[in-house]
Amino acid sequence: MAEHTIVAGTAAPLPLNNLDTDQIMPKQFLLGIDKSGLARGVLYDLRTNADGTPDDTFVLNRAAYRDARILVAGANFGCGSSREHAVWELQQSGIEAVIAPSFGEIFYFNAQNNRLLLIVLAPEAIAKLTETVSDPAQNALTIDVERQCVVTASGESFAFDLPPRQKRMFVEGLDMIGMTLKDSDAIATFEARHRTEFPWMQIDLPRQQRTA
Amino acid sequence: MGQTLYQKIVRSHTAFDVDAQHVALYADLHIMNEYTSPQAFAGLAEKGLPVRCPEKQMGIVDHVIPTHPVPVGKRTIVIDAAAHQAANFTRNCQKHGIHLFDVTDPEQGIEHVVAPELGLIRPGMVVLCGDSHTTTYGALGALGFGIGTSEVEHVLATQTLIYRVARDMRIHVDGTLAGGTTSKDLVLYIIARIGAQGARGFVVEYTGAAIEALSAEARMTLCNMTVEAGARGALIAPDATTLQYVGDHIRDLSGDALDDAKTRWLALRSDEDATFDITHRFDAADVAPFVTWGTSPDQAIAINARIPSLSEDEVERHNASKALGYMGLDAGQSLDGLPIDHVFIGSCTNARIEDLRAIAEIVRGHKVADGVRAMVVPGSGRVRDQAEREGIADALKDAGFEWRQPGCSMCLAMNDDILKPGQRCASTTNRNFEGRQGRGARTHLMSPAMAAAAAIAGRIVDIRKETAHG
Repeated sequence: MAEHTIVAGTAAPLPLNNLDTDQIMPKQFLLGIDKSGLARGVLYDLRTNADGTPDDTFVLNRAAYRDARILVAGANFGCGSSREHAVWELQQSGIEAVIAPSFGEIFYFNAQNNRLLLIVLAPEAIAKLTETVSDPAQNALTIDVERQCVVTASGESFAFDLPPRQKRMFVEGLDMIGMTLKDSDAIATFEARHRTEFPWMQIDLPRQQRTA
Repeated sequence: MGQTLYQKIVRSHTAFDVDAQHVALYADLHIMNEYTSPQAFAGLAEKGLPVRCPEKQMGIVDHVIPTHPVPVGKRTIVIDAAAHQAANFTRNCQKHGIHLFDVTDPEQGIEHVVAPELGLIRPGMVVLCGDSHTTTYGALGALGFGIGTSEVEHVLATQTLIYRVARDMRIHVDGTLAGGTTSKDLVLYIIARIGAQGARGFVVEYTGAAIEALSAEARMTLCNMTVEAGARGALIAPDATTLQYVGDHIRDLSGDALDDAKTRWLALRSDEDATFDITHRFDAADVAPFVTWGTSPDQAIAINARIPSLSEDEVERHNASKALGYMGLDAGQSLDGLPIDHVFIGSCTNARIEDLRAIAEIVRGHKVADGVRAMVVPGSGRVRDQAEREGIADALKDAGFEWRQPGCSMCLAMNDDILKPGQRCASTTNRNFEGRQGRGARTHLMSPAMAAAAAIAGRIVDIRKETAHG
């Protein structure tokens, strides 16, 4: 499983705070019913001019960053809407990890469920990394999940925390539903007690609609 | 040691502990929309799994639905992809026996407006939905929060969510909101003070005299927007206001059963000796009508204040100047008097009957300014009916507002309600993100009263001065 403990490659600097999922994945790309073809939406308004042509000044359109696998981003990356499309689309466009001072909460869990690696580093470390990878000659990073560090091309290392559960989910991948279904009996036991204890919480929508 | 209201709700819904940080949290109600659920249903089909509790699921088409003013029940979706998505949603709900409020249902509306008005949200419940504004339900003492599509699939299959327990934040607001200020102004004020990630990782419990004085619907506005400070949930302990609202809307409980429930609801509160990880204190007297100037909900100022000067910090400076460039504004500028092209009154934040009553007060006897397009999109079929019965719809139409069918509409512009590049909009919605209401569109968040006054004046104005003049 070595391929799942190391993410290495070009890192693109994207030092924007509060980069929300509306910008990461604009709504006009959300009308599908499956997960296909989402990459064309990634950061669309930042990446393209108003006429749909590529904005050559945007970092991911520059030759040195076109094949980026890592984003070095600003605080609260992925805030806003719950749309998981933002995660699917980043992965489809080749992004395997995002390093930022902090992440939007729902985005964080969405990423975890899809094995998009999210690394939290202190703002000072992010500022330094941003400066480093902004130099195309220094834009390669290696993220070692096992050793929990980000290493720059010149060998500088930044240690990060990774909660054990998140680490396991990234390294092994977990069938969350399968695991929870193993505890179906516990859910059923809980449910029976819950029904008695909190009768007003028992929503039965089809029945309520019929009797209304 | 005492427990917070949040801890009590989590404990009472823990089907089993997963590890030190995570529990399997049981959902009493799960609400789905057409755009964050399709891949979840597809995942279930791939795994050959059934929906565990179809009766605890509710489907509603709200994001992609058109809101053109056609007769109720006559709507059709003209955008092919959106129509396909809605049809797919209908098939999924039918297949699994899930009640769906579809395109033609007279009770269709925005999920967070419809669920409380159907009496489905009760104190102490856990409510999940693939939409970040599910925090709205904290207004009624229920823990609601948004989840992603993988989690929607998990809830469908197991009725639980593997949930990381959040930390507790208390936001205590003393005092009284002055005339012309509302819970929308209060929440914009709070977000501006604590920041767009000020409550990230926390569930917020609101307390204090100013909160107690709010109506149930005003509380929904407050809790709805708490997610814009990054919060994982928002809660207000049930009181007489909560009991009145829930009692008025609930359909399946009455008599002794309802009385018993009400007694239990009133007991749902944080213990006296409960501790919060963080407490913020504010005074409602400091709240003025608030308006956003930037592209994040925390970039907001009082209408009589000026856009702050640029920060010394390089990243913050870059972000603020980018936001100002997008908005066509400068640091130091006032928003009072800024001309607007469009007014949008609607969304899960501010499309309830009280919001419409507030705007009717302001527009009666006035006309929308020349060159301004103003639309009102009620939050649900019920809100729409009520507004028509109360004469609100006529007042709005007489003043030159478009009176439309319910839906999310121009809040995220995922249907054909969309702004053109550069258009400036006074909006009662929850997000002023770049491109949210259309590529290049400039959104100023504000209260319904402020948006209505802006429609009449053709520019952003201070509702307190407008009211004083007459």
